[in-house]
Amino acid sequence: MGLPVSHILLATGFLLVLIGMWGMLKHRNILRIIIGFSLIDTGLHIVMVATGYVTGHTAPIIDKALGIGDATSRAVDPIPAALVVTAIVIGFSVTAVMLAFAIRVYDAKKSLSIDALTESKW
Amino acid sequence: MKRAFTLLAVLMFGIIFARMVGDYSERQSVSALAEHYLSVVPQELGAPNVVTGILITFRGFDTLGEVAVLFMVAASVGILLASQPEARQQKELTEPEPRRPSELVQNGAEVILPLIFLFGAYVIMNGHLSAGGGFQGGAVVASAVMLLVLAKPSSQLHHGFLSITESLAGVLYVSIGILGLIFAAGFLDSHILPKGDFGTLFSAGAIPLISTLLGIKVGAELSVIIDRFRN
Repeated sequence: MGLPVSHILLATGFLLVLIGMWGMLKHRNILRIIIGFSLIDTGLHIVMVATGYVTGHTAPIIDKALGIGDATSRAVDPIPAALVVTAIVIGFSVTAVMLAFAIRVYDAKKSLSIDALTESKW
Repeated sequence: MKRAFTLLAVLMFGIIFARMVGDYSERQSVSALAEHYLSVVPQELGAPNVVTGILITFRGFDTLGEVAVLFMVAASVGILLASQPEARQQKELTEPEPRRPSELVQNGAEVILPLIFLFGAYVIMNGHLSAGGGFQGGAVVASAVMLLVLAKPSSQLHHGFLSITESLAGVLYVSIGILGLIFAAGFLDSHILPKGDFGTLFSAGAIPLISTLLGIKVGAELSVIIDRFRN
């Protein structure tokens, strides 16, 4: 049988989270930090979708292959998929606002390094 | 030193995640709530795509909130990036001519652009029948706008048109919700229109209508956000 599908998906998602975390901690460039955030975001989306998978079941769309009657016994959990849409929208929104702030920071400091923002340190 | 700490932090998270993956056992059956959705959405709402049924009807209020979030992002990005006119004039004087898009992007956009718009419209309209929906189709349409901006940097998006379309779609969305409050069981209930034949384009009550409005609204909002970043 090999590895279960949800384990592969979970491992991929968490790996993306780790790469994003590494990128955020290591780099000083604001754009790279934002890219790291996006990677964490995407990884978590994959993790969320992976938790909805049920062994051997198919997509929750009724068609020729999946009758109305056996939807409950043969379809995967649709709730994580519906929740992830919300998460994607919020992630997109946060990324857009962060990029806008990055542009303002560049205008003010003429630099994209977070070392230029020492006065906002605690 | 700093590098070692970073490595340590990532490594420890890695151990936590690895243990989580190792202990996770794949589910063998869906939860009771999912079972309810899987039987109610096709039978009572008449929508073959269960995820769209949940998004548009059961979580319709939440979807309205998400669209409001997108609207607020468009507004806040607009405020953040609004540059003073004198600064912009100076920028135009001092900055050299921007690099022209490559031949490949320009010609490719001419071929692909109509197809992407068509695909976006298809995804929006077939959201209740197959994989897709208002949000997804709106994002596809916005990606076409992104390509347009890349291929023809001089093209101007009509902000007035976009904001009127977007507001109109929002007003209609809320009115359909209120109609559901009056004629059916609650806010955004899709039973205000007849259920129709299962699996056809005009079926599933008001779901295709709400999905289309959602697609238009999301597409317009994302296009405005993309355009704001251009200046």
